[in-house]
Amino acid sequence: MLRRRLNRLFGGDEKRVDSRTIYVGNRPCPATETFIPPKFCDNRIVSSKYTIWNFLPKNLFEQFRRIANFYFLIIFLVQVIVDTPTSPVTSGLPLFFVITVTAIKQGYEDWLRHKADSEVNKYPVRVLEDGQPARKDSEKIKVGDIVEVVEDETFPCDLILLQSSRDDDTCFVTTASLDGESNHKTHYTVPDMEKDLQSLSATIECEQPQPDLYKFVGRMHIYKPEHDPAVRSLGPENLLLKGATLKNTKKIYGVAVYTGMETKMALNYQGKSQKRSAVEKSINAFLLVYLCILISKAVVCTTLKYVWQSQDGQDEPWYNQKTEKEKGTILYVKMFTDFLSFMVLFNFIIPVSMYVTVEMQKFLGSFFITWDRDFFDPEIEEGALVNTSDLNEELGQVEYVFTDKTGTLTQNNMEFIECCIDGFQYTAFSSELDSFCVTDGPVSTFQEKAGREKEELFLRALCLCHTVQVKEAGPDELGGDQVDGPASEPLRPAEQRGFIASSPDEVALVKGAMRYGFTFLGLESKTMKIKNWQNDVEEYELLHVLNFDPVRRRMSVIVRSKSGDTLLFCKGADSSIFPRVRPEEVERIRMHVQRSATEGYRTLCVAYKRLSVDEYAAADAGLREARLALQDREEKLMAVYNQVETAMSLIGATAVEDRLQEEAAQTMEALQGAGMKVWVLTGDKMETAKSTCYACRLFRRSTELLELTVRTLESGGRRREEMLHDLLFDFHRKAVQDAPPARAGVNRSWSSANPEYGFIVDGAALALVMNPSPDTNCSRYRSLFLQICQNCTAVLCCRMAPLQKAQIVKMVKNSKGSPITLSIGDGANDVSMILEAHVGIGVKGKEGRQAVRNSDYAIPKLKHLRKLLLAHGHLYYIRIAHLVQYFFYKNLCFILPQFLYQFFCGCSQQPLYDAAYLTMYNICFTSMPILAYSLLEQQIAIEVLLDNATLYRDIAKNAMLRWGPFLYWTVLAVFQGLIFFFGVKYLFSNPALQDNGQVFGNWSYGTIVFTVLVFTVTLKLALDTRHWTWINHFVIWGSLAFYVVFSFFWGGIIWPFLKQQRLYFVFFNMLSSVSAWLVIILLIVLSLLPDILLGVLRKPRGPHTQQIAVVTPLSYKHLREHY
Amino acid sequence: MKAGPSRTNRPDNTAFTQQRLPAWQPILSAGIVIPGFTLIGLAFIGVGVALFVTSQKITDLEVRGKRDTHAVLFFFQGPVFFYYGLTSYYQNFRTYGVSKDGYQLSGDTYYFNVRAWYSCAPYQYDSNNNPIVPCGSIANSMFSDTFQLYQVVNGMKKQVPLDGKGIAWWTDYNIKYSNPALVNGSFANAFSGTVKPVNWSKPVYELDPTDQANNGFLNQNFLVWMRQAALPKFQKLYGRIAEGDYAQGLPAGNYTLLINYSYPVISFGGTKKVVLSNVSWMGGKNQFLGIAYLVIGSLCIVMAMVMLIIYAKYKFTDDDEDM
Repeated sequence: MLRRRLNRLFGGDEKRVDSRTIYVGNRPCPATETFIPPKFCDNRIVSSKYTIWNFLPKNLFEQFRRIANFYFLIIFLVQVIVDTPTSPVTSGLPLFFVITVTAIKQGYEDWLRHKADSEVNKYPVRVLEDGQPARKDSEKIKVGDIVEVVEDETFPCDLILLQSSRDDDTCFVTTASLDGESNHKTHYTVPDMEKDLQSLSATIECEQPQPDLYKFVGRMHIYKPEHDPAVRSLGPENLLLKGATLKNTKKIYGVAVYTGMETKMALNYQGKSQKRSAVEKSINAFLLVYLCILISKAVVCTTLKYVWQSQDGQDEPWYNQKTEKEKGTILYVKMFTDFLSFMVLFNFIIPVSMYVTVEMQKFLGSFFITWDRDFFDPEIEEGALVNTSDLNEELGQVEYVFTDKTGTLTQNNMEFIECCIDGFQYTAFSSELDSFCVTDGPVSTFQEKAGREKEELFLRALCLCHTVQVKEAGPDELGGDQVDGPASEPLRPAEQRGFIASSPDEVALVKGAMRYGFTFLGLESKTMKIKNWQNDVEEYELLHVLNFDPVRRRMSVIVRSKSGDTLLFCKGADSSIFPRVRPEEVERIRMHVQRSATEGYRTLCVAYKRLSVDEYAAADAGLREARLALQDREEKLMAVYNQVETAMSLIGATAVEDRLQEEAAQTMEALQGAGMKVWVLTGDKMETAKSTCYACRLFRRSTELLELTVRTLESGGRRREEMLHDLLFDFHRKAVQDAPPARAGVNRSWSSANPEYGFIVDGAALALVMNPSPDTNCSRYRSLFLQICQNCTAVLCCRMAPLQKAQIVKMVKNSKGSPITLSIGDGANDVSMILEAHVGIGVKGKEGRQAVRNSDYAIPKLKHLRKLLLAHGHLYYIRIAHLVQYFFYKNLCFILPQFLYQFFCGCSQQPLYDAAYLTMYNICFTSMPILAYSLLEQQIAIEVLLDNATLYRDIAKNAMLRWGPFLYWTVLAVFQGLIFFFGVKYLFSNPALQDNGQVFGNWSYGTIVFTVLVFTVTLKLALDTRHWTWINHFVIWGSLAFYVVFSFFWGGIIWPFLKQQRLYFVFFNMLSSVSAWLVIILLIVLSLLPDILLGVLRKPRGPHTQQIAVVTPLSYKHLREHY
Repeated sequence: MKAGPSRTNRPDNTAFTQQRLPAWQPILSAGIVIPGFTLIGLAFIGVGVALFVTSQKITDLEVRGKRDTHAVLFFFQGPVFFYYGLTSYYQNFRTYGVSKDGYQLSGDTYYFNVRAWYSCAPYQYDSNNNPIVPCGSIANSMFSDTFQLYQVVNGMKKQVPLDGKGIAWWTDYNIKYSNPALVNGSFANAFSGTVKPVNWSKPVYELDPTDQANNGFLNQNFLVWMRQAALPKFQKLYGRIAEGDYAQGLPAGNYTLLINYSYPVISFGGTKKVVLSNVSWMGGKNQFLGIAYLVIGSLCIVMAMVMLIIYAKYKFTDDDEDM
C-alpha cells in the first residue's frame, strides 16, 4: 500500500504497463527474427540543471518565476519606460544584487554538481566485449552491456546479477549511500545461470524504470540452441542498484538494465513536494495588505494631483511650464503614467531585501540545529540533520504531535523476555546463556511444562522462521560458532554473534532461541543450519520464504528437513495468526498473549503446519507462478500466501520487550505541557501500545479511556455500525459537550477538577469511521470523531496501516483552524505520515534511513524533540516573526513621509529622500541588525524554555504574526512616520536653521527625516533586543556608524556620474546646524517613547512571570504523584 | 576514512555554535526607566527653556503686501538678515526640480549646447532653437524682485546696505557651481551662441556687473534660488545687513522698503513677503522646537510619575502573589 502510494507520489508510473526488453550482451536472440537494438538512454548522470549556454536565460527565467522577483522586475521596467521620479537604478540595483547573488549561489551549486557528475560519468568501468573485459567510461555503458564489478566498487548502473565469484551464487552489497542502511544485504544471481557468459543468449523483460528502491519485477528468457527457452523470474534480490557497493565478494558480472537517469537512484533524487510554513502564509497575507496600502496610496495621490491641478493656476503655473511631450499626452494616459509613477515612488514599502533576509535567516539559522551538541548522539555518532530550512519557525508552532511507537517512543532494541509454549509460560534467563535446561531451575511460573517435542518444535520454529543472516566476520571466525565478537565490545560476546536482519524483532527471537539452546548457524546455499540441545547440527533446506508485509502482518518459511518432511513455520501478530489456526488451541495462548501485551511487550504467535507432498507441490507451483507474473505480482503473491498459511497449528507465543526511549516520558510530558496534543499512531496491538502510553505518561491513572476498537464495537452483540454510532455519540457527549470550555493556557494543571480523557481507536474502527457503509452519514461521523479526538489529552491509534496514519494526519491537518501538525517516526511505515504532516521528523533509528530521507528534520533520539521544539522552535518562531513584522514596520515608516510629502509638493511624485538613500536603506543601513537579531535573539534563555514548557503556549497559533500584533506594528509605523514628517515640517516653517542665516532646501529636509528614520528604526530594534552579544553590538552600532560615514562620503564628493549633485554637502550642513541636531534627538526620543512605555507597563503584569509562578509548582506536584 | 568519526561528526563546542555567546541581557525595568524618564524629561525641559528663550529673543519683522514704510520701534540687534518669502510656490515640483543641468552650472561649456538627457525641458532652447544658458525651469523662474531698504532720518532716506554675499552655501559658491573660463578675456564671450532664459531681463553674465565674483553662475542670489525650497511656503535669504552703520543692528526709527515689483505670484494664488530677522545659534526664529522640547520634557516627567505609581502598586500585589 505504502509503496504504491509512494510511487504515485514520485512519478505515477504505475499506469505505464509496458515493459522493456533487454538483450543480454546486446546480442540478437534466436527468438527474435530481426534484432533492432532498442534505444535507451545512456549511462550519463546529469544532476546539473544548467549548461554554460543555457545558464543565463534558464536561471533568470527560474528566478523571475518567483512572484516577488517578478514584481520587482515589473517595477524596474516601469521605471525604465515611464518617466518616473526615481531612477531605475534605485530598484534595479537591489534587484540586480539579489538576482546576481542567487545566480552565483545556484551557479556554484550547479558547478559542484557538474564536477560530481563528470567524476561519476568518467569513472572507469569494465564491460565484457567478446568475452574480454574492456575499459570504458562509466557514461558509455549501454543497457544490455555485461559489466564487471569488483569488491568495494560501486555499481555504475542498475544491474541484474548474472554471476558471482562466490560459490553460493550470492553477493553482498551495502546500500549505505542509497538509504543509509549499512548492513550487508544478500543478492542472488539469476537461478541456474550458466557459467559462460560469452555464449549466453538471453533477453530480459522487465518493468519500466520506477523509483521504488525495493521493488523490481522482471523475467529472463534464456535461449539454448537445443532446448526450449527457459524462463526465470527476477525480483529485487537479483537487482544491484547503482550507488550500492559490492562487499565481501571478489567479483560479479551483471547486465545493465537501467542506466543513467533511469536508474533507481537517479529517479529518487527528484525533489520532494515543497512544504510551506505558516509564517510564509502570514507574510503573503501582510504583503497583500501592503500591496493594498501601496495601491491606495498611489490612487489617493493620483486623484489629489488631478483635483489639485483642476484649481485655477495650479495645473501649469508659469514657473513650471509643461514640456511639449506632456502637453501632447492624452489625459487618461497621463493619469495612468502618474499612477505608475506613484507606484514606483512608494514601491519600497515592499522590499526586495525582505525575501533575501528571510532566506538567509532560514538558511543560516538552520545551522544552529545541526551544530547543537545536545542533539549529538554518541552511539550513532551523528547529530541532527536539517533537510529543509524552510520550516524552522514551524517547529515553534506545533499543535499536534503524531508519533510512531516502535523505535520512536520505544528504543526498538528488542530483548526476548518470555515465551509461552502450548499454554505454559517460560521466562528467559538473563544470565545463563547457553544452557537452557528444562529440568532444573525455575524456568516456569507454572508447575507443568509443555512436552519436550513441543518445546523443540517451538525453538526450531524460532530458529528457522526468519530472514536473519549471520554476519561474516574475519577469517578467524571459521573455526567455531561461539566466537567472540569484535574486541571493542567485550560485554556480551555470545550475543554479539552478528545477526543482521531487517527487523530487530527477528534478531531478538533468534537470540532468544539461542539462549534456550537452539542456535541458528547460518544459511548457506539454501540450507539453514541450526544446532540443537544435543549440539547436533540439523540441516533444513529452505524452500520458500513468504515475506513479511504490514498488511498480512506475518511471515512464513517452508523448509524441508533431512527426514524429508516439508514444514511451514509461520510467525505473526496474534490477530493474523489466530484466525488461521485451530480455535481450540487459541484459548490457551490468548491469555498469555494479552497479559504480555498489557505489560508492554511485543508479542508474536508461532504456528506451524506439516505440508503433504501434494500440498507442497500446489503451493510451490502457485508461488512460482505468482513470482513470474509481471503485473500485479504482489497481489498474486498475497493470494497464494493467504492460501498456504491456513489450517496451521499454534505452537506458542513470544514476548519481546521494547524498552522506552531515554526520557520518553519527560519528553511527552513536556510536549503536553507545551500545549501540544500527542497522538500515538502505531501498527502495534492495542494492549502493547496502551501500556507504552501509560509508561510514557500520556495516559495517567486518572485518565478516563474512551475505547473505539473492534472489541468495544463487537461487545454489544449488535451490528458494528450501530455500535459505532452509539459509542461515538456517547463519547462525544462525555468529552465534548459535558467538558467545560477549555481555558487557554492552563488546562493541564487544573485537570483535577475535570476529568482527562484518553481516546483509543484501532485501524478497523477508524476504517469504519472514515469509510462507513454508504447508508450512514459519513461526514457526521468524521466530525464527531475529530471533535472527540481534539478534546482528549492523548489519542492512541493502534493497528494502523501506514496509509491510515497519513489519513489521520491529513484529517487533523485539514480540520478547523488548520492546526500545525508534526509527525515523528523512524521507519518506512512512517514515511507517509512524515510527508503528510506540516513538519516531518525522522528519528535516526534502527529501521533504516527511509524516514530520515523523507523527513524535514532528523534527530537521533526522541528526547531531542523536546529541545528542538521548545527551544529551537520557539526561538526561530520569535526571530522570524519579529523579522517579518519589523521589515514591514521599517518600510512603512520609511515610505510614509514620502507619501505625506506629496501633499506638499503638489502631488508631483517628488521623492523626499535622495536616490542613494532610497536604494541603500534596505540593503545596507537597516538590514544587518535585523539579520543578526533574527539569528541570535534569545528573549528567553534556552534553559528557561526547556524548563517551562508552558512558555510554548505563548506563541501558539501564530501569536506574533496575527492581525493584532501586525496592527500594533503598523500603527507604530504610522505614528513614527507622522512624527518624522511633521516634526521636520514644523522645523522647516523657518528654513533658516544655521547660525549664519542661510536656508536649507528640500534635500536637507529629506536628509533630516532620513537620519531620524535610520536611527529610530535601528534603536527600536535595539530596544527589542534582549540578548546583546558582541555581534549585535557590532552590527547595530556599526550600521549607524556606516550610515554616518556613508553620508559624509556620499555628500563629500562631486560624483562625476551624477547629473545633479543633490546631496553635495547637505549632510555636513545639517550637522553644522544645532537645530537639526536638536530636532533629530527630539524626534527619535518621541518616536521611541510609546514603545518604551508599553514595554515597561506590560512588564509587571506580563504573562511569563505569572504563569511561571502558577504553573510550575503544580506541574512538579504532578511529577511527584507519578513517581 | 573512519579514522576519527567522533571528531568529524561531533559539532564544535564553541559559544557561537551552541548559542551561548556571552550576552548582555538588559531588561527595561521600572528601576531604569523611571529615573531615565525623569532625567530625559529634565534635560528636555532645560533645552526647551533655552530654545524658547533664544527664540523669543530673536526679532523678526514681516512685511506683506505693498506697504513700504515701517516703524521699527526698538533697536534691531544685528546682524540682521533680509529674507524674501513666497507662498503656494512649489519649488519642489518634480518636473521643476529636475529641470536644470548640473554639468552646465559647473561651468562646463560643452553642456551649453549639448543637453544631457534633455533634462532642461521645456527651457532648453528658445523659439529660435538657440540654447538657453542657464537652462531649465528653476533658473528661468529666478526671483526677480529687488529690494532697497532706507532708513528715514529726518525726512531723508538713508540707504541701508544689503550685502548679497555670504547668503549661499559656501560649497555651492566655491565648489559646486563655477563660471566658465573667460573667452578672449571677456566673460560674456564665454556665453556666445547662447541666449538668456526667456523670463530674464538680462543675461546671466550681467547678473552683477559690478562684481565679477558675484556674477554669472556664482551670483549668490542665483545660487540661493537654485537650492530648491522644501515646502511651498518658504523664505530665502536675500541679503545681510552686516556692513557700515548698520552692522550692529537697525536702530529704532522709520524705514522705507523700496520694492522693484516684477515677480508674478497672483496667477497661481501665491503671496510674497519680506522678513527682516536676526538669528541666534539655533537659526531663525522658530518657536516649534522650544515648545516641543518643553512639552515632551514635561510628558516624560508625567510619565515617570505615572509609572512610579503603577509600579509601586503592582510591585506590592506581586509580592502578595508570591507569598
